[in-house]
Amino acid sequence: MTNETKDGAPSAKLLDRSDERVRHDTGVSGAIRGFLDRVRSGDLGPLPVVIGLIIIWTVFESLNTVFLSSNNLVNLLFDSSTVGVISLGIVCILMVGEIDLSVGSVSGFASAMVGVLWVDQGWPVILAIPAALVAGAFIGFVYSQLFNRFGMPSFVSTLAGLLAILGLQLYILGESGSINLPYGSGLVNFGQTLFMPHVVAFIIAVLPGVVTLILGYRTSGRRRAAGLSAPSINGLVVRAVVITLVLEGIVFYLNTDRGVPWMFGLFVGLVVATNYALTRTKWGRWITAVGGNREAARRAGINVRLIYTSAFMLCSTLAALGGILSAVRLASASQQAGTGDVNLDAIAAAVIGGTSLFGGRGSAYSALLGIIVIQSIASGLTLLDLSSALRYMITGGVLAIAVIVDALARRSRVSHGRA
Amino acid sequence: MTDSLTPPVPEGELVLSLRGISKHFGAVSALTEIDLDVHAGEVVALVGDNGAGKSTLIKILAGVHQPSSGTMMFRGKPVTLADPSASLALGIATVFQDLALCENLDVVANIFLGKELDPLHMDEVAMETRAWTLLRELSARIPSVREVVASLSGGQRQTVAIARSLLLEPKLILLDEPTAALGVAQTAEVLDLIERVRDRGLGVVMISHNMEDVRAVADRIVVLRLGRNNGVFYPDASNQELVSAITGASDNSVSRRATRRRATAPLGQGHGP
Repeated sequence: MTNETKDGAPSAKLLDRSDERVRHDTGVSGAIRGFLDRVRSGDLGPLPVVIGLIIIWTVFESLNTVFLSSNNLVNLLFDSSTVGVISLGIVCILMVGEIDLSVGSVSGFASAMVGVLWVDQGWPVILAIPAALVAGAFIGFVYSQLFNRFGMPSFVSTLAGLLAILGLQLYILGESGSINLPYGSGLVNFGQTLFMPHVVAFIIAVLPGVVTLILGYRTSGRRRAAGLSAPSINGLVVRAVVITLVLEGIVFYLNTDRGVPWMFGLFVGLVVATNYALTRTKWGRWITAVGGNREAARRAGINVRLIYTSAFMLCSTLAALGGILSAVRLASASQQAGTGDVNLDAIAAAVIGGTSLFGGRGSAYSALLGIIVIQSIASGLTLLDLSSALRYMITGGVLAIAVIVDALARRSRVSHGRA
Repeated sequence: MTDSLTPPVPEGELVLSLRGISKHFGAVSALTEIDLDVHAGEVVALVGDNGAGKSTLIKILAGVHQPSSGTMMFRGKPVTLADPSASLALGIATVFQDLALCENLDVVANIFLGKELDPLHMDEVAMETRAWTLLRELSARIPSVREVVASLSGGQRQTVAIARSLLLEPKLILLDEPTAALGVAQTAEVLDLIERVRDRGLGVVMISHNMEDVRAVADRIVVLRLGRNNGVFYPDASNQELVSAITGASDNSVSRRATRRRATAPLGQGHGP
């Protein structure tokens, strides 16, 4: 083994840089080249959704200048938070390669439960909400048992659940069909008027950059100590600065109106937590493994059934939470809650954001990006005063395009050996 | 050729010793009175026709099946392998034919799958370092451990699967058809790898249908036929001898040779009737 390299790199080779057949990209140009390589081979990441978002925003802004006003964007964030949380659950279930088609019904049922328990039965809200969440988790548990014990495809069991739980929702709402949540209560304020104080929002927006910098610096030090290649500190600083500037810019713009809704803060917090769980914990690694190759995961000693159970339960619990948030947002629990396009919006958001329908590939951030795309379309069409008929057609078309992009990217990854 | 008949005396510790192992599935006797010895630092090839019982034997060693009768000694102690985890805990690692890798995960994640360090905050640096060390000890040619397994060639995947089995420091490694479906260069790569595993002092049991590969790497060749031992050969055995032992074409020279060998090898294997 020779220790010299052509370009005069340090002679002591790093543990992960000793294979001279591999081009190791360094610096900014290398990062760009690596990015282009990945995109060409079908590893698109969030690229399609970002491009899509730019197109959608440009079109709607040119048609109606209210669209990108901070006032409209704040409303958009409110609306994104509710279905976004449901979509986050869809990401988890798609990661193991299964689907939950009943998230809309579960969300409607949870909102009805909170309405009935809190308003009609007089439960304290602090008990009504956990009760609805537990009910959601139980529904997911039932799906997982049907799947694990009887091999019932999740597509079928959740389709059955869609109808059954909608029936349950109508049943507990009873004759009245709709329950108004009291205005002025803390919960309804949370969904309608509660914003982060401007200073707090600015401070929170600094955190991601700071955390990136600190964690990146520590990891980089540990990698060096272990004899592995480490990303340059300069690159790290540039990244942290860019993240901070972008986030502060967004917060500044939103603060010109009412500011950042706490509800959106909750949604983003859940996204970040889920992302951490999926990428940094054993559980997340096992979820990805089961989605990629179930048999391999089983042979590696992973309790595959438990992983499926956790994914199903997390999905329907998040669906229930999303339902509660939308009830809070509308200040009512009604028969219409969770019906219509909620299901499709939640699934479409996850797929548009880049989570694969085929399992094993995806990111919690796809729920955030995808739901903003979906809500942008909805908001833009509403501003143009177009009927919901058109809205359905356009959302359906966007979903179809997203799935086509996913399938094509997958084919390209296979042919480039990156599947 | 007759000169090289004296078997090399196995030097390493006797890792595994099977005596009179039988396995019945209902009325079918898959294995009858099988004897097998594996020493540390030795590659034993298990060959035989389809249905000879190779896979059943491997599965018994992996703890998937339990023998109907017979004794199993592992490092001098009698053991029973109730399930795969018992086998793994003893230090017997198995690489199955379909490698059971997750193609959507990178090499590090695959090597550590199910054994991740630090469940709530995975120690990626430690795992990556360990993965590189392991691969380097095997002189494996993996371009990057942060590449998904889908982008690796068949030989590289076999390497990852073998490296994964070495993670828990086993004493004995079972390879089921490690060179099946590999090209010439990749086969050579895997055979090199097997030699390096042996040089680490591990006992290796390998199933193969390819006589070339078997003779290239095995120290001893154990032939099974219809669930019974049908002779032990050494790499200098001719193809014809091996094939006749495998297929059961009763060639007198084979049985003569086997008799001679039984006299010379103190730890000689049992023979078919």
